[in-house]
Formats: sequence, C-alpha cells, structure tokens
Amino acid sequence: MLKSRITGHALALVATILLGGFLSATLVRLAPGFDAEEQELDPHLSAESVQALRATRQQDHNVWRFYFSYMNRAAHGDFGTSLALAQPVRTLLRDRAPLTLRLLALGLGLAWVAALSFALTAAWLRISAYDALTTMVSGTFLCIPAAVLALFSVLWNVPGSLAIALIVFPHIYRYARNLLAKSYSLPHIITARAKGLGEARILFWHVVPAVAPQLLAVAGVSVSMAVGAAIPVEALCGLPGVGQLAWQAAMARDLPLLVNITILVTLVTLLANSGADVIGLMVRGQKS
Amino acid sequence: MNLWRKLACVALAVVVCASLGANWLAPAGYEKQYREATDAPPSHAHWLGTDELGRDRLARVLYGTRISLLLAPAAALLSTLMAAFVGGLAGYLGGIWARLAMAVTDLCLSLPWLFLLITARAFLPLNVSPLISVLVTFLLLGLLGWSTAARVLCASAASLRSADFVRQARAAGVSGLRLFWIHVMPNLKPVLYAQFWISIPVFILSEANLGILGLGVAEPMPSWGSLLRELEGLVSVREEPWKFVPLVLLVVVVMSFQLLLSRQQEVPA
Amino acid sequence: MKHDEKMRGEMKKKRTIALVLTILCLGSLLGRALAQGGGELRFCVRMEPKTFDPLKVEDEASASIRYLTGGVLVRVNRQTQDLEPALAQSWKVSKDGRQITFRLRSGISFSDGTPFSAGDVAYTIQQLMDPALHSPTGDAFRSGTGNVESKVISPTQISITFPAPVAGLDRLFDQVAILSERSPRKEAAVLGPFMLADYKPGATVLLKRNPNYWKSDEQGRKLPYLDSIRVDIQPNRDVEMLRFKRGELDLINSLDSEYFDKLEATSPQLVHDAGPSLDSEQLWFNQVAKAPIPVYKKNWFRSANFRKAISEAINREDLSRIVFHGHAQPAAGPFSPANRFWFNSKLKPQAYSPDTALKALQSDGFRLENGALKDKDGNAVVFSIITNAGSKTRERMAVLIQDDLQKIGIHVNVVTLDFPSLIERMTQSFDYEAIILGLTNVDLDPNGEMNVWLSSAENHQWNPQQKTPETSWEAEIDRLMRAQASSTDLKRRKEAFDRVQEIVVEEQPFIFLINKNALSAASTAVHGAASVILSPQTFWNAERLTVSTK
Repeated sequence: MLKSRITGHALALVATILLGGFLSATLVRLAPGFDAEEQELDPHLSAESVQALRATRQQDHNVWRFYFSYMNRAAHGDFGTSLALAQPVRTLLRDRAPLTLRLLALGLGLAWVAALSFALTAAWLRISAYDALTTMVSGTFLCIPAAVLALFSVLWNVPGSLAIALIVFPHIYRYARNLLAKSYSLPHIITARAKGLGEARILFWHVVPAVAPQLLAVAGVSVSMAVGAAIPVEALCGLPGVGQLAWQAAMARDLPLLVNITILVTLVTLLANSGADVIGLMVRGQKS
Repeated sequence: MNLWRKLACVALAVVVCASLGANWLAPAGYEKQYREATDAPPSHAHWLGTDELGRDRLARVLYGTRISLLLAPAAALLSTLMAAFVGGLAGYLGGIWARLAMAVTDLCLSLPWLFLLITARAFLPLNVSPLISVLVTFLLLGLLGWSTAARVLCASAASLRSADFVRQARAAGVSGLRLFWIHVMPNLKPVLYAQFWISIPVFILSEANLGILGLGVAEPMPSWGSLLRELEGLVSVREEPWKFVPLVLLVVVVMSFQLLLSRQQEVPA
Repeated sequence: MKHDEKMRGEMKKKRTIALVLTILCLGSLLGRALAQGGGELRFCVRMEPKTFDPLKVEDEASASIRYLTGGVLVRVNRQTQDLEPALAQSWKVSKDGRQITFRLRSGISFSDGTPFSAGDVAYTIQQLMDPALHSPTGDAFRSGTGNVESKVISPTQISITFPAPVAGLDRLFDQVAILSERSPRKEAAVLGPFMLADYKPGATVLLKRNPNYWKSDEQGRKLPYLDSIRVDIQPNRDVEMLRFKRGELDLINSLDSEYFDKLEATSPQLVHDAGPSLDSEQLWFNQVAKAPIPVYKKNWFRSANFRKAISEAINREDLSRIVFHGHAQPAAGPFSPANRFWFNSKLKPQAYSPDTALKALQSDGFRLENGALKDKDGNAVVFSIITNAGSKTRERMAVLIQDDLQKIGIHVNVVTLDFPSLIERMTQSFDYEAIILGLTNVDLDPNGEMNVWLSSAENHQWNPQQKTPETSWEAEIDRLMRAQASSTDLKRRKEAFDRVQEIVVEEQPFIFLINKNALSAASTAVHGAASVILSPQTFWNAERLTVSTK
C-alpha cells in the first residue's frame, strides 16, 4: 500500500517535471524573437550565412518534435547543446549548479534565521513598537529592487547569498509573523495563557507547532523565491551560476538550455514543496 | 485605534492627497524637460532635483504615485483572491483536488513566465496608450503572482479541515462552499493579508522590470518602479540621496498598509 | 708571517672578486626578472566569449580574445590606422585586386613549439573559406562565386588568389588569426603575444604570455612584457566601474559618459576621451512595402521630405550634451569624421530647425490642428519608435526625440523591447514604424558595409532584400558600392563612396543622430597605455604594456 502510494507519487512528480519542460519549450518557441539571432545584424555576414543562421533555429520550430527528440537524447545522457554558448548543456549545468546550490542554501538559511528570529521575537514580546520596527525593516528590504540589493553586495564586498537572504527574508517574515499572531487566538492557546503557562513555553510548545504545517509550506515556496532571486544576484555579482545562465539563455531564446533549466527548477520546486507537504502531514498526524 | 494605525492612516492620506494634488504641487508636469538643468540637485525650482533628462523629480514622484498606488494594490488584490480560490479551496477539498491544484501551482512557480509576458507584448499594438499598457501589465502580474500564497493557503486550509469549529459547523449541517466561505476563509486571513502586503511592492518593482519587455509604463509617464530603477546607478546614487525619496515613499506606503491590515493580528499582551 | 699576510691578501682578493661576480649575476637576473615581470593586466568584457576558434568569432568578447592570442600576417596599427607588417614581412596586392602575395618571417613557432610556415597560412585560408563556416571573418573575403586558391611558393612565401577583386584586401587579414596545420593542440596553438591558460565559464578567461612569441622590442627584449591578462566576464557597467574604482580592474575599454564625468571629477588622470569613435546612432523608418502598418504611415515614411523634416526637427546638440554629457558629436552622415580617409568632409551635421521642418511638412500637405500635426487626409501623425531595452542612452535619446517631435505636433510612442523581439520585428515580421539603433564599426573600409548599402542585402535595414531597387537613389547607391568594391584605385573608390554618403544625407533613409566619443579608463598602474578610437581601444598595444605590482 505504502509502496504503491510512493510509486504513484513519484510518477506524478516525473509527469509534472516532464510537463514543465514541455510547457517551457512551448512558451519559448511561441514567444517573439525565437528565430532572431543578434549575429544577423553583422554587416559582414553574407546572405547565405544569414540564412544558415536562421536555419539553425528552424530545426527547433516544431515543439513536439523538439521535445520528443530532446527526451530521447536525455534518456541517453545527452541534454543538448546551448545555442548561445555552443557548449553541451550537461557541462554547463554541471559546472554551475554547485555554486548556485551553495548560494541558495546559504541565502535561504540566513533568510530563515533572520525571519524566524524577528517573527518569534515579535510574537513573544507583542510590543507594537517592536512590531512596527520589524515591519519597517522587512518592508524596506521588500521595496528595494533585487538588482540594487545585488549591487550593494558588490559594493560592500559581501557574498551574494546575503543579497538573496535580504530579498527572501521579508516574504518569510511576513507569513511567519501573521501565522504566529493568528495562532494566539486559538482556543487551546487562550486556555494555556489563562492557566498561567509561561510565554516562552506557550510560544515554542503550543503556538509554533500549531502553525508548523503552514510554516513548512512557506519553507517549500521560499525555495522558489530564492531561485528567482538568484537570477539577478548572479547576473549582477558576476557569479557563474545557473541563475546567470538562465538569464543569458532567456535573452538569447536558447531553447535547449531553457528547457533543461526549467526541468531543473521544476525538480527543485517539486522536491521542496513535496518534502514540505510530507513533513506537514507527519506533523498533523502527530498532533491528531 | 492605536497610535501606529493612526500614523499609518495619516501617512496614506498625505500620500494620496499629494498625488491627487500633483497638478497644483508640481504644475510643470512630469514630462516637461528642463534641458539646461539635467540631473540637477534639489533647488527652489525643483525640490527633489531633476532627472537625467531635466524632468522635475517631484512631479514624477507625485504623478507616478497615482499609477502605482492605484494599480499595484488592485493587482495584489487580484492575486490574493486567486490564491485564496486555488489554494484555499484545494486545501479545503483535499485529496485529488489538492494534489492537482498543488501540481499546477508548482508548475506555475517553475515556468519561465517571462516568455508569456513577451508574447503578451507582441499582441499589443506598438501605439497602445500608456494607460492600457500599464493596465495590462498589472493585470498580468495579478494573474501570475498567486502561486506562492496558494501553497501556503492550501496547507492552512488543510489544517483547518479537521479543526473543531469546522466539525461543529458540519455537524450543524453547513457544508460545501458555504462552509468554506463562512468558516474556513476568515481563518486564512493571516496568509491572505501577508500575500496582499507582500504583493504591492513586488508588483511595483516588477512593473519597472517589465519595461525591458515593452510592458509597463511607457515614457514619459512615470511610475514608482521606473523611478526606483534610478537606484541601479549605484555609483552616483550614493552621493545623491534625494534619489532615495521614491524608495522612502514606497516603504512608508507599504508599512502603512501593513499597520492598517494588522488590526486582526493583535493579541492582548 | 709575510707569506701568511700575502695569502690572506689573495684570499681577500678572491672573495671580493667572487662577491662582485655574484652581485653582477644577481643583478642581471633581477634585471631580467624586472624586465620580463610586467605584471597582470585585468579588465572586463561584457559577455561570455562564444568561441575561442579565431575563425568563428562573431562577438566582441571573442574578438578581444582573438586580438590578444591570434597571430596575424598584417596588423592595422590602431593608433595610426596604418597597415603594418606582422607575421608577414611584406606583401603585394595584384593590380586587379584578386591576388595577394605574402613574404613571411622565418624561424617563428606556435605557442606549443610547432614551426610556422606558409603551409599554415594555406590551411587557415582553406578553413576560413569553407562555405559551411558562415563566419563574418570569412564572409568579408567573399567577393564572388568560385574557389579561393592558395599557392605555397616556399616555406616563407604564399600567394592567395580570389575569384573576384576584394576591395581593401590586405587590411582584411588583420582579422585572420593563423592556425597551425600540424599542431595537435589545434586552435589552442597560437602565434599571438598571449595564449589561453584557463577559462572559467561565466567568470574569467586567463591568458598567459606566449613564450614563443616572435616579436621583440627595439632593445631586443622579448615581448610581451606582461605576464598574464585576466579577462573577467561582467555585463553590468555599474559593477565594472565599482571594481575599477576599488583597484580590482586596470582598464575599462568602453566607459559610459556619465561614469567618465564622475571619474574625471575625482581622478582626471584615469580617464581618456579619444574623440569621435567610428560608431554611430541612428533612427530609421520602416520602408518595407509589405510591412503590416497602415498605408498612410508607409506613405509618410517613404517620403524623403518627411524623413528630412524629422531629421531637421531633432536637436542633435541636445542629444550629445544631455545623453552623452558632451562626449559625442552630432553625426553628419554614415561615416564618422574619425574615419579620416573615408569620411566625406563636405558633409555637415543637420542643423536643428523645427520651423523649417514644419514648413517642409506643410508643403507636403501636413497641417497643425490644435497642436497636433495631421497629414492631408486628416490622419494624426502618431508613430512609435522602438529601441532595445537595457541601453539607457538609446532610451534617453528616444525620449528627447519624442519631446522634440512633440514641438511640431508629432506624437511619438517610445517602446523598449528585448533585443530578440526587436530583431524579429526588424528583420522578419517588419512590424515596426521607426527604430533607434547603433552601428558599431570595426572596419575603416566601407566595403565592410556592403550588406548595409546594397538594396538586395539582408542588412539594408529600412527595406531589405529588394529584388530590384525600389527607388532610383537606391539603384544609384547599388551601382556606386559595386563600383568601389571592384576597384583597386583608392581615389576612385573614395569618390564613389563620397557620393554614396551624399545620397544618404539627401534621402535620409538613416537619420544619423550622433557619433559617440571613444571613452576609456586606465589605472595609473598601467604603463604604456594610450587609448585610441579603433577597437580594442585600451589594450591594442597589450604586448607593450606593463602593470606595476601593488
């Protein structure tokens, strides 16, 4: 029973990932500029060369054919060649993924530590001035463009992961703060307070567990937020990660690279969110 | 009403009145180019200086406020409602519906929507009016920005499915959408408020970034997002602190919204 | 006793001689070390180099790497703009312009030790002229159908014959880096001053001194002086500027005008304005018959009178002053005055005159109604100008032009698009009305722009791929360009191209706006830097630069 559930879940994951790849290929293919090559504008190129340039894009015109061919090659370990960088996609991703993973891990870690520290303290103290201060701090970072935060990190010579943390932490903080504040109105919390339980005990033994499934869901989506933040941070800080690659690929309409990156991002998103769901279920199961 | 909420009301009122009174406060308008005074520091004639094309920055901030203050919250509301519908309902229903909705949500979080936006631009005529362009931009942002909150709402609604008050309501004969709307939804407010509050500045900034795709506000019309892009010239901006005024304004407005929305979050100390 | 003293004296003498010899040896070693240790030069390129194969170079970053690593037969001196011998000691172009014979230097090796000879030149030409290559470098040599024949006369002499005359044939070899026919390292074996040592994708390209580089300086010292060059990949100009100010970079090859001014205010010795570059910025209207735009707009855009009026209504002085902070000049025509030989000095920039512009439009039936200009059929003159997003200067120029044209009642919508979308509209769907873009010229010779001026060409931007010229003036330009391409007489070529420039100014298919100045920055740690107009502006003489260690 458990085995079949796991198998079913895994199949659903794989189907979603493959669908994500296909949808991204469709989006890229249908977007204007797919057939356009900047090199066409080089006045030195002859008419034949311009036609040859355009012909390289023609082979990917049919999305179905492209995608099936891609899956066939991917099954044999060939993930295609980047049109913009003329290098195997596998090599590009293999060389760049570790940096991005490190950046994301550190950035998310810092974001969660900051957000939870602020949110838990605000929930514990329940002082309106402190609430206003933390709101102002998180609101300020929410209002600063990601590009500016990335540039600040270059200016002050701090790691790009800090820029990612500053981009993501306001989102996490706000969700966490609101969830924690709301759970104080739950009947069992009111009862605990009425019975004179200490604030710290109430917060960590009763309030936090009550919102754990939602916080886990926030944890899952924070991975997507961090992935999105990685693109401007890597591009501006000159970090040769997958985010920088994604931006270059998008601007060049590099279909093979974009499909692979989307599949990678979908995989990471699904794993993070599915993991959060499973743990959330376990926590809910424990409580009941 | 506590002091902070009073301050928030006042701040928002000042900002709204200033933007509505832009015609009087900045009679020159946002597009007039004072070509002999480009990139000028604050002066008697230009309280916040001029931009790189000699346009009065105060006028551009005030006129930009109208667009951003009106449309960003509207788009935020749209994305919040969509998140509530998709995520909240999915969590409430559970089972296959929840799995399907969350798979769709995860796909929405992963897909490169940049290309959908590029395609949307291609369908708009080049001579589209700036107002239509900005309306379409915020509409698209609202339609695409729901997936993050949907996930959290789904988890919240799922937790509430087995809550005592929901069981009691079911026992009393309340079921279906009525149960969802009257009993479950109000308890999703923390996440909904958070989503709304976060979306406002995110959409304002996204509108500016969409300028690279030809969407967003078209020149010479200003928006907060386009004004905030000045901050990207970091090398010069540090010596010109008046360029931070749009950022300060945005922070004040966002904070004000949050302080007003946090009425429900108060718990007696 | 006396013997002992004598012995001690001799020992002392020997010790002194040994000491002096040691000092001399050390001094010589130190001197050599100082002479050879030229330091590491650091600068940025804006994008990832797409290739390290010198024959396939299409982008600026790859071209920079090719310039530093590739050995060429002849080199255009970027400072004097004269052609100088390099791997070839001398050369001769035949009277009919179809054949070039090179006499090569002897005793030269590639970076891996493989000897260089005429066979390598023949091999390179064979690879370059492969029809499947489709590279700008190779296409520049294609003057007609037929094969290119290389004849190795001796290990140090080769003649290359083309099927048709190639205008400016010798100068084209400045872009042809010679490959080794026999080296197992293929294109990694180079003849230039530097060779590729390391490449971190997305981050850095490291070049090290080529120990087998053939050139020495006037004192007989081996070149290059530099130990290495580190080329960082940095698309963002703000970050590049920050790093330069922090001392992490030694050069900025192409500096934005606003950063130039800020740097000049604090450290004037670091910046250099070399005057007008070869680059231009222009606006043009869509004149394609099948373009999906209203017919009445096509009629406007195809009217030379309309285009000239628009040109007159644009304040180029303000564009130069406001957008480029004075580091640009109003453009007179297709070529910049920086191109000393080919620029038609009789041409002057269009003066700003909105009243004259309005009168010219009124003579064509346009009229002002309540501040809005309408054509003779009552259509309000409204059109869009598109340009590529991310280029602040073009966005600003578009907004200034929008304001200029508003003064004569024309409403302009400014739309910025991502580059691929813009290219698609420009070259395939033709769904645009007006565009602002620039032309980056690397060649001095107008033959490099054949595919812009020929009406049948792909890059004849305002109306490409015409089966036959749709206007008499385009037919005349076709005739003149073909005439200058097939002539070897420089005077006659110049006359022909002067006339082309005059026609372009008369008909305004491109409304030339400004010629940007070549702005750059170099740290005081760099010795020997002399910024020029031709690319690469700051490291054109990289083999003679040194960087003091910090």
